This record gives sequence, C-alpha cells and structure tokens, in this order.
Amino acid sequence: MLAQYLLSGLTVGAIYALVALGFALIYNASHVINFAQGEFVMIGGMAAAAFIESGLPLPLAIVFSIGLATLVGLALEKLAVEPARGASVVTLIIITIGASIFLRGLASLVWDKKIHPLPAFSGEAPISLGGATLLPQTLWVLGATLATVGLLWWFFNRTLTGKAILAVSHNRLAAQLMGISVRRVLLVSFGLSAALGALAGILIAPISFTSWDVGVMLGLKGFAAAILGGMGSGPGAIAGGLALGLIESLGAGYLSSAYKDVFAFVIILAALVFLPNGLAGRRAAERV
Amino acid sequence: MSLRTFAAVAGLAFACTAYPQSEPIRIGAFLSVTGPAAFLGDPEQKTLELYVEKINAAGGLLGRKLQLHAYDSAGDAEKARGYVKRLIEQDKVDVLVGGSTTGETMAAVPLAEAAGVPFISLAGAVVIIEPVKKWVFKTPHTDRMACEKVFVDMRARGFKRAALISGSGGFDKSMRAECLKVAPKHGVEIVADETYGAGDNDMTAQLAKIKATPGVQAVLNAGFGQGPAIVTKNYRQLGIAAPLYQSHGVASKQFVKLAGDAAEGVRLPAAALLIADTLPAYDPQKKVVSAYKKDYEGRFNQEVSTFGGHAYDGLMLAVGAMKRAGSADKAKVRDALEQTRGYVGTGGVVNMSASDHMGLDLSAFRMLEVRKGDWTLVK
Repeated sequence: MLAQYLLSGLTVGAIYALVALGFALIYNASHVINFAQGEFVMIGGMAAAAFIESGLPLPLAIVFSIGLATLVGLALEKLAVEPARGASVVTLIIITIGASIFLRGLASLVWDKKIHPLPAFSGEAPISLGGATLLPQTLWVLGATLATVGLLWWFFNRTLTGKAILAVSHNRLAAQLMGISVRRVLLVSFGLSAALGALAGILIAPISFTSWDVGVMLGLKGFAAAILGGMGSGPGAIAGGLALGLIESLGAGYLSSAYKDVFAFVIILAALVFLPNGLAGRRAAERV
Repeated sequence: MSLRTFAAVAGLAFACTAYPQSEPIRIGAFLSVTGPAAFLGDPEQKTLELYVEKINAAGGLLGRKLQLHAYDSAGDAEKARGYVKRLIEQDKVDVLVGGSTTGETMAAVPLAEAAGVPFISLAGAVVIIEPVKKWVFKTPHTDRMACEKVFVDMRARGFKRAALISGSGGFDKSMRAECLKVAPKHGVEIVADETYGAGDNDMTAQLAKIKATPGVQAVLNAGFGQGPAIVTKNYRQLGIAAPLYQSHGVASKQFVKLAGDAAEGVRLPAAALLIADTLPAYDPQKKVVSAYKKDYEGRFNQEVSTFGGHAYDGLMLAVGAMKRAGSADKAKVRDALEQTRGYVGTGGVVNMSASDHMGLDLSAFRMLEVRKGDWTLVK
C-alpha cells in the first residue's frame, strides 16, 4: 500500500512541480505571481485534445499545443503585462487574474465545456512494481519532468539568455545597466512558463482528462507548491511540488480522503507562518 | 346610455371574450444554461424551446399559444431566486418548469409556495419532494432510487458487503448520504466509505485502501464529471476484482469515451432514454423516448441527454395537467398535476399522488452494463 501511495503522490507531485516552476520563472523575472499559470496548463491539454480529435498524430499535437500555449503566453505579456509596466506588482497580479478569467471563458467558447480524454503516450497496460501498480503514463510524467528540469538547468547556466534572466531576477537595475533588455527577459519568461504549463497539462491529461476549467485547481496546487518550496526558487518549486503530491496521497491513504485538499492548504499556511521563505528560499535581508 | 358608455361596455365585453384566446399561456423557466451546471441547463432549455414551438405549430393548447419565459440562473441559487420572483410577479407565468440544480430549486420553492404557482423542478435530490410541498413537483429520478436500484442488483448477484467512493460535490454528497441510509434496508453493509475532491487527478490512494479492506464484494462510485472516469481507470489499474457500479450521474456516452476500455463491465442505473435504440418494442417507454431522441437530435445535431428528457417530461406533465383541468388556472392545474396517472415520459411511468410528487418507482431505472463500449440492458 505504501508503495502505491508513494507512486501516486510522485505522479501528481511531478505535475505540481512543473506548474510551480512556471510560477517561479515569471516571479523571478518580474516579481509577479502569474495567476494565469493554471490556464496555460488548461490550454496545453485542451489544444492537444482538439488537435487529436481533428486527426493529427500525437507527437505533432503535442508540439503544436505547446507552441500555441507559448504564443498565448507571449501575447499575454505583450498585450496585458507590458502596457502596464511601471504599475505596481499588485496591479500586475490583478491583471493576470483578469487574464485567467478571460482565457478560461475564451477556451469554453473556442472549444467547449465538455471533458476531453487524451490517449496515453504508450498504452494503458498497468505495470506492477513492488506490490504497487502504475500506468506507463506515470513514467512519462516523471521522465518528462526530469528532462525538463535538466533542460532548464542547462538553459539558465549555459546560455546567455538564461543567464540574463537570472541576472534580472537577482538585480533588475544592475542587469539593465549591463545592457540586458528587461523587456525581452520578461517576454521570454512568459513564453517559457507557458510552455512549461502546457507540457504539464498534456502530460497529466491521459491520466486525469482535461476540460476548460481544469486550470483553476492545478494552478492553485502549483501555487501552493511554489509557496511551499519558496517563491522564485527552481529546486524549491520541484521539492514543493513533490512534497505536496506525497502529502496529499499519504494523507488520503492513511488518514482520511475527505481532507485531501485540506492537507495541502494547511501546509501552505504553516509554511507561510513558520517558514516564510519556503523550503529552499533565500533569507530576505529586510531590515527595519 | 350615452354613446361613450356604450362604447366602453362594448369594448369591455369584447375584451372579455377576446382575452382568453389572445392571451398566451406563460411557461416560466429558470435554467443553468451557462456556468458549472451548463450540461444540465443547456439541453433543458433547448428541449423547452423545441417543444413549445412544436405545440404552437400544432395549434397551441386550449386554443391558446404557449409562451416561454426562460432565464439563465447559471447554477446560482441567488440568481434563481431573483428570476423566479420576476417570473411570478412581472411575467405572471402560469406554471414554473425549471431549477436545473437542487440549490436553484430549493431557492425557488418558498416563492412558488407563497404565490401558489405550480412548480415542476428538474433537479434530483429527494429534499425537493420530501416532505411533500403543495405546489412543488419534480421529474428526475432521485439519488435514493439510484442507490436502491444498485443495491437490489448487488443482492441479486449475491453481494452483501459493498464499498462506497464518492466525490465532494452536492450531488455526490447527497447520493452518498442516501446510499448510507438505504443500504441496511436492502441488506447491504457498507464496509468502506471513501471520498475524493472536486479537481482530483488520482484516486489510487483511496482505491488502494478499498482494495485492502477485507470482504469488499462490490464498489459503488457516486459522482459526476471526470471524477468517476478517473476512478474507473484507477480501478482497473489497481486490478480490483470486485464489480464496479457507477451512478446515474455519469449515464452518458461521455463517460464511456473518457474511461475507454476501463469502462468495460461497469454497471449503472439509467433512464430508458439512453438505450432508446436498443429498447425492445414492447417496452412502454419505447415510443416516447425514440420520438424525443429523434426530435432533439434532428434539430440540434447533438446527442440527447437524460437532462433534456427531464425538461420534456416537465413540460408535458404541465401540458397534460392543463388539458385535464381545461384551463391554466393555477389551483386547478396543481390538482390535475397531483392526479397524473400513467403518464409515460422519458424518465419512466409517472403516477403522482398527494404523498408522492414525483411518481416514479424503481422500474423507471434500467440497470445497464458497458459492453464493447456500448450500453447493454442487464436482464
């Protein structure tokens, strides 16, 4: 039983981690918590389902829907966030909330309000593993999350654009003085986090389906994971996501399933009160 | 008599005779056409529009036209309350047909009762008609009936110990409570009782717990939306041998499509409308469900759902009562509604009484099993 709980916790946790990474990316570049992050997850899943229903093969559908979500992310930055630059962070956050409501409404019109399945990437025959069973899709989720984390590490440590984003997150003014275009960094991070969200949405859709309103809960859980891990920290987001998934699954298994969501939110409250910088957050050097 | 008084009297007399003919019979509807319960309200509204149009094209009712006043209460009880007030006071409707969800219905009940307007609800829960309210009727089957139908089937297969897994929505919770209540009556012991959240992605933890509970012979899942489909998939993933039952909440092709191969062998109680095509010709409901399916699908190019069927039954019950009462007088229509006997609708055969304002029995539900991706009637 324990093995089963751990496996299901890790699967869901990996998805939370991907969503949390998206939050962290945009937060680092702009100190904005992008509440439309969940909508990127929804767009990824819904677009993939729509592409497949129109007859596209799975790999193409995946590429196209990640592309579409990236475009939406870029458009969001260009059309909603950039015109309001110079506004306070709170204003920007409210803009993202508005954008998420808009995107959700748009999705329900462009597609529909039904729940859509997505075929599993490689069959649905359960695999037995030490007394527990897992679906092949779980391996895809874990593998893709791992690969993404590796790619992100390479991007931030080995490429100029990645380093520029890091520089902006550390000190915006200094980065600007060094000739880094903050505007471009913002644009890239919105596009990147939209792609991350879409990937999460596509990976989880064969397990839990997708619909126009799937982003609300996934976005919230991803946000919780980001808070738990320490807002803005990449490794923290991953640790937070996995921890949240495991807590939920173990809680549902050993205590009561009625309180599954409660565990998640109690943890966030506890993290905010006792560990305001998260598991991996830097100590904020704030002096009065 | 001056010319002016004569004209006034003549005018009044003319108005009196002309009034009943020209004045339409007003049907008031408040439905969740948008919002989270749109899958209920959308087919309901389409059905009402379609049949009001059809009845009018055939000459109307009692020599008068029907007029539909429909508002979108969006699944919101507070909105429903506002619209029902408007329907009663401003639109002066003769009968209310609507309330897609139990919440919206219960918000409208006090208003309909106070104003004395016959009200046919399209929502599921038992509380709507229990205790009996003078002016309130309903067409859909209750969750209690679904539980009973499942338990009867379990006993017929020799199962006595069942596990329950349910979602946390209003429908799920209400059905869970009803199932727990009626299980002892049918000699079924609920040995495990698990729940899951609204947006959950994975129920293997809860199901693993059920799997580890000794003596579980069958599992019943109360819920609608994607939850039951995930439960079904996880159920097969864990390889649980006990048969799985779903509720009437997922009685649509959508569920089979979502759960895919995992749905094979799942049983659920559902209305005859779902199997309109395969229903034997001698079935009393064959004619009405086939006709409704043909009308609806022909017009909207969309698969029928039992929810639209509830609206059909609601409208036809009201029309039937008005015909028998010979007028649209509210008190007479109410009495005629209560005396409805042997009305064959999409939901079943309705026999109302002073103590039963729904009038359906367990025969209204058919036990279906998913075989090769389609519904099969369990004999």
